[in-house]
Amino acid sequence: MAASSRAQVLDLYRAMLRESKRFSSYNYRTYAVRRIRDAFRENKNVKDPVEIQTLLNKAKRDLEVIRRQVHIGHLYSTDKLIIENRDMPRT
Amino acid sequence: MGRDRCSGQPWLASNAHPNGHECAKGAATLHHGFPNAAHQLSTPHSDPEEETKMWLFGKGAEERPGRHAHGATHHEAHLDAVEAAWLGLSVGTHGHRHLRGIGKCGPRRWPKSRLYVSHGKRRGGRSRPDESLPDRGEALPGAWGPGLQPLRKVGSASGTMLLRAAWRRAAVAVTAAPGPKPAAPTRGLRLRVGDRAPQSAVTADTTSAPEAGPVLRPLYMDVQATTPLDPRVLDAMLPYLINYYGNPHSRTHAYGWESEAAMERARQQVASLIGADPREIIFTSGATESNNIAIKGVARFYRSRKKHLITTQTEHKCVLDSCRSLEAEGFQVTYLPVQKSGIIDLKELEAAIQPDTSLVSVMTVNNEIGVKQPIAEIGQICSSRKVYFHTDAAQAVGKIPLNVNDMKIDLMSISGHKIYGPKGVGAIYIRRRPRVRVEALQSGGGQERGMRSGTVPTPLVVGLGAACEVAQQEMEYDHKRISKLAERLIQNIMKSLPDVVMNGDPEHHYPGCINLSFAYVEGESLLMALKDVALSSGSACTSASLEPSYVLRAIGTDEDLAHSSIRFGIGRFTTEEEVDYTVEKCIQHVKRLREMSPLWEMVQDGIDLKSIKWTQH
Repeated sequence: MAASSRAQVLDLYRAMLRESKRFSSYNYRTYAVRRIRDAFRENKNVKDPVEIQTLLNKAKRDLEVIRRQVHIGHLYSTDKLIIENRDMPRT
Repeated sequence: MGRDRCSGQPWLASNAHPNGHECAKGAATLHHGFPNAAHQLSTPHSDPEEETKMWLFGKGAEERPGRHAHGATHHEAHLDAVEAAWLGLSVGTHGHRHLRGIGKCGPRRWPKSRLYVSHGKRRGGRSRPDESLPDRGEALPGAWGPGLQPLRKVGSASGTMLLRAAWRRAAVAVTAAPGPKPAAPTRGLRLRVGDRAPQSAVTADTTSAPEAGPVLRPLYMDVQATTPLDPRVLDAMLPYLINYYGNPHSRTHAYGWESEAAMERARQQVASLIGADPREIIFTSGATESNNIAIKGVARFYRSRKKHLITTQTEHKCVLDSCRSLEAEGFQVTYLPVQKSGIIDLKELEAAIQPDTSLVSVMTVNNEIGVKQPIAEIGQICSSRKVYFHTDAAQAVGKIPLNVNDMKIDLMSISGHKIYGPKGVGAIYIRRRPRVRVEALQSGGGQERGMRSGTVPTPLVVGLGAACEVAQQEMEYDHKRISKLAERLIQNIMKSLPDVVMNGDPEHHYPGCINLSFAYVEGESLLMALKDVALSSGSACTSASLEPSYVLRAIGTDEDLAHSSIRFGIGRFTTEEEVDYTVEKCIQHVKRLREMSPLWEMVQDGIDLKSIKWTQH
């Protein structure tokens, strides 16, 4: 049970990060990646399975939100920010 | 290069050159040649109270000439004019139509130089004034305001010769080296008005057609003016813009019911953020309307017995303007001064409360200098003296913890677009226990408990509710991060530049709003130099006037420091790279502008500027 939920959590984490990196807006992209990392890190030590499930459900809903908003961002994209070509393409 | 020359002239306190004139120093020096300057610059009044009100309110809109354009097109035209003037080319009226008759702006003589580009102007004509004046919304990119004016037709013969010589030189230079040079200044202008890209593509008569590379957007560091929509908020709003479009006040069908359910859910979200009951939240069109309802509504309801209101000198314009209109109705208003730190003196407040005071209005976090007023203490004083307490919490809601019961707040204004929600929506909290009675300003079908009639815009209030919910979850994380970034910005700027002053109390301060004054540098020229960063030198709703911000004046800043203030805004989406870039550019340009400043030279030589006698000429 714990093992599968650990795999679930990691899968979700990877999926969310992958999707967030596709935001076309620099500010949304950096915020999403940073927030996801910090949120998963913060809740790393939660033990209660009910709480873990609640957090996972919320994360799944957020993943759907990110997917939709990434798509909308692509539909209405605009020019890059002045610092984007100076940046490494990591965040 | 031309850009730098233009922006490089520091323009200092208006008292040095009233109304502006041609400066003997050189044809390229620009001064404020605005004949209407008199009505916008403060005129001395013998009555000190009148004087306070003069600079608090300026001379109202009714006294400004109509059609005074301050749109983005108009300001682009100014920049063109600056560019042209530096080259010694003559300049057209470009929108100051009302000045033509008095012969103040020179005749229209468009040189054939290709350098003189037009943006969105009709071919061969001057730009029409931008008809859409900026509204209360703080949307002007950067504060253009004062500082640069077209060089008027120079009267003296020597001046004219200088101009003609300069123009001939410029014409030769332009014909000799076309190509990259014309493109550079337009690129700089386009950066400022980033999202005009679709329109500027149409201008066929410009030299900018062979553009090299894409236009890059500036960084956004002006979150006090407005904030971007959080993606979670947009996601919550979209269904109500697409499919669930019912009127929430339709009681007879499912479209109305689902809309109403969404509206009530949003009401609950807003209420839980501030610790209120959902029945105490009324949706409005924004914090301006909420402030109007609170101040005018309460004052008018208790008109028969209570005739006095108290507010501060650093309030938002809508509060001050509401108070002014109430004075015209026969109320008395006390405008409390603030200390140097920006915070009011509680003893003065207590002394100002009279038996016939109905309302005290103090904003929670100031939008220009970021100071936090002692709301809990003020609430305590007001409830003990049985006076209603209103606070404009537009900049504070969702950023610092607020509880209307702990802080004894009776009325509170909330703005949607300051907390990553949509523009055009806000809310007012009106206490029910004990009941605060408010006279409705907007009559109609009795929606929102009769206090604000009109169909409630479901998508907008759903967005506001979602924004409040997100803010509640993210408040601690955001606050920690913003504090860290603010610390980084201030430390890095202050350790590399001397003579930088932070306006406002350093301790009772919201970290995301940083107002710095750079001595010996003119704020407008620094803003123009920092064209890659969207900044502001004060509240956007006052940036159209020539006065330095009344808030800075209220905290007692010197005239010249008030002119050189810049407001940096750090928000949820600001990154470390953006802060570092802003700091780097700021330091670079301040150093460069100071190098060019004669005042800086004098200071370096050890001369005390206050001891200099400036001659009037």
